[in-house]
Amino acid sequence: MSAAVATLAKNRYFPAALGLVSFVVFIALVELLIRVGVINRFIVPMPSDIIAAFPRVIVEEHVLQRFLLTAGEAFSASILVTIFGVAGGVLLYRYHLLRLATETWVAAVAAAPLVLMYPLYLVIFGRSALTIVMMGFTAGLAPVILKTLEGLSATRRVLINVGKSFNLTPSQQFWKILFPAALPTIFVGLRLGLIFALINIVGVEFLINFGGLGQLINELAERYDLPGTYAAICFVILVSICVFILMERLERWLRPVD
Amino acid sequence: MAETGRLSLPASRPLRLPLRPVTALRIAIIVAVVVVWEAVSASGLLYRDVVPSLVAIGKALYVTLSDPTFYFHLYTTFYEIGIAMVIGGLSGLAVGILLGGSKFLSRAYEAYLYYLGPCPKIIFFPIMIMWFGVGPGSKVAMGAISCFFPVALNVAGGMREIDKVLIRVGKSFRANTWQMVTKIYLPAMRHPVINGVRLGLGVALIGTLLAETKLSNRGIGFLVIQAYSIFNMPQMYALLIILFVIAIGANTVIGRLGGLDDIKRF
Repeated sequence: MSAAVATLAKNRYFPAALGLVSFVVFIALVELLIRVGVINRFIVPMPSDIIAAFPRVIVEEHVLQRFLLTAGEAFSASILVTIFGVAGGVLLYRYHLLRLATETWVAAVAAAPLVLMYPLYLVIFGRSALTIVMMGFTAGLAPVILKTLEGLSATRRVLINVGKSFNLTPSQQFWKILFPAALPTIFVGLRLGLIFALINIVGVEFLINFGGLGQLINELAERYDLPGTYAAICFVILVSICVFILMERLERWLRPVD
Repeated sequence: MAETGRLSLPASRPLRLPLRPVTALRIAIIVAVVVVWEAVSASGLLYRDVVPSLVAIGKALYVTLSDPTFYFHLYTTFYEIGIAMVIGGLSGLAVGILLGGSKFLSRAYEAYLYYLGPCPKIIFFPIMIMWFGVGPGSKVAMGAISCFFPVALNVAGGMREIDKVLIRVGKSFRANTWQMVTKIYLPAMRHPVINGVRLGLGVALIGTLLAETKLSNRGIGFLVIQAYSIFNMPQMYALLIILFVIAIGANTVIGRLGGLDDIKRF
C-alpha cells in the first residue's frame, strides 16, 4: 500500500492533479457550508452563483471592451517603460560618474511605495486614462533601468574585446555586442517592470473608479452584486496569470542556453 | 663614486579636490532639481499649487510633524501594518516551511502561490470590507494578504537551499519538528526569510495605505486622500515625503539587520 502511494507521489502529474482536486474540493466545501448556513451567503456568495455570474458579467458589463481598455493602458505604459527604462539604463552604463551618483537613488525609488502618489497624479493629469498610464509607467521604470544597467555591465570582457579588435564604432559596439549580450537581463527587467505596471494600472483603475477591469470590480462592489464582484475578481486574476505565464515563456525563450 | 644625485622633490601629496566628483555631481543634480522645481512653481505653467514652492512644502512638513493628530494617524497605520505583518508573515512562514520542506507539496500547491503572488491585491478590498467591515480589520486583512505571498515564496525557496548536511545533523540528534524549525531551518535560511519580510513589509505598507485611501476615516492613507479632496497640495507632498522616508528607511534597516544589500534589488 505504502509502495503504491510512493509510486503515485513520484508520478509526474499526480502532485499537480492533487493540487487541482484540492482546489475543487475546497470550492465544493465552501458551497456546502453556505448551503447549510454555516457561512453567510450575503457575505460569501455560493461558488455556483459566481460561476453562473460569469456569462452575465461578460455580456452585460462589456468585459471585452474593458479588457481592451486595460490592455491598451498597459500597452502604452509598457512602451513608455521600455523606451525610458532601457534608455536610462544605457545612460547610466555610458556615464560611469552618473551611475555612481544616481544608482542608489534609482534603487531607492524602486523600493518606494510609488503607487501612493496616485492622488498627486489625479491632480496633475486629471481623472483620466493618462493618470493610470503614468502611474503604471512610474511603477515600472526603476526595475527596467536597474536590470538594463546590470545586463550591460555583465557583458563578458572577451566579447567587448572582440568588438574592439574588429574596430567597431561605439554605435556598432552597442548594437552588435553590448545590447544582444544584455538582452536576456533587460527582458527580466522588462518583465518585472510590466508586471509592476499592470498591477498598478488595475489597482489605480479600481481606486479612482475609472477605466477597464479595475473599475468593473469597483462598480459591481458598489452595486452590492456579490457574485458579479467575485466573478470579476476571478476574471482579473485569470487575466493576470495569463499575462505572467506569457511573459515568463518569452523570457525563457530569450534566455541563452547554458 | 660620483653620486648620481637625485632630484629631491618634496614629498608629493595627492591632489585634493574640495569635493569628490560623485558628491559634487549629486549636489549639482539636487541643486538643478530644486532650481527647476522653483522655476516651474513660480512660472505658473502648471495649474496653481500643483507644483507648490519647496518653502511651502517645507512649512507643510513642519506643520504636519508638529500636529499631534498626525501621530494618531501614524499610530493607526503602524498598528494596522504591524498586525498585518504578524498575521501575514507568520502564516507565510508556516506555509513556506511546509512547501519548501516537501517536494511533493511544493509541486502540488506552490504554483498557485507563485501566480497569485504578483496579482494586484487591492482588488480583494471589496471582499475584505464584506468580511471584516469598514474599520481597521479590512486594512489589516489587505496588509496580511499582501505580505503573505512574498514571505511564503521566499521561505519556500530558502528551505530548498538549506544545506542537506545541516538537516541530517538535526535528524541525527533526533530533533523534533519544533527544534528542527528553530535550530536548523530558520537560522540556515535567515537571508531568504529577512528578504521575504523586507518585501512583505513593502507590499503590506502599500496594501494597507491604499485601502486607507479607498475607504477609511483614520490613518496616513486617509490623510493623503483628505489632502487631495481639499486640494492641499503642500500637505500631500509632505505626507508623501514622510511615507517614502519611512518605507525606504524600513527597507534599508531590515536589509542591514539581515546583512543584505542596502536597498531592495530584484
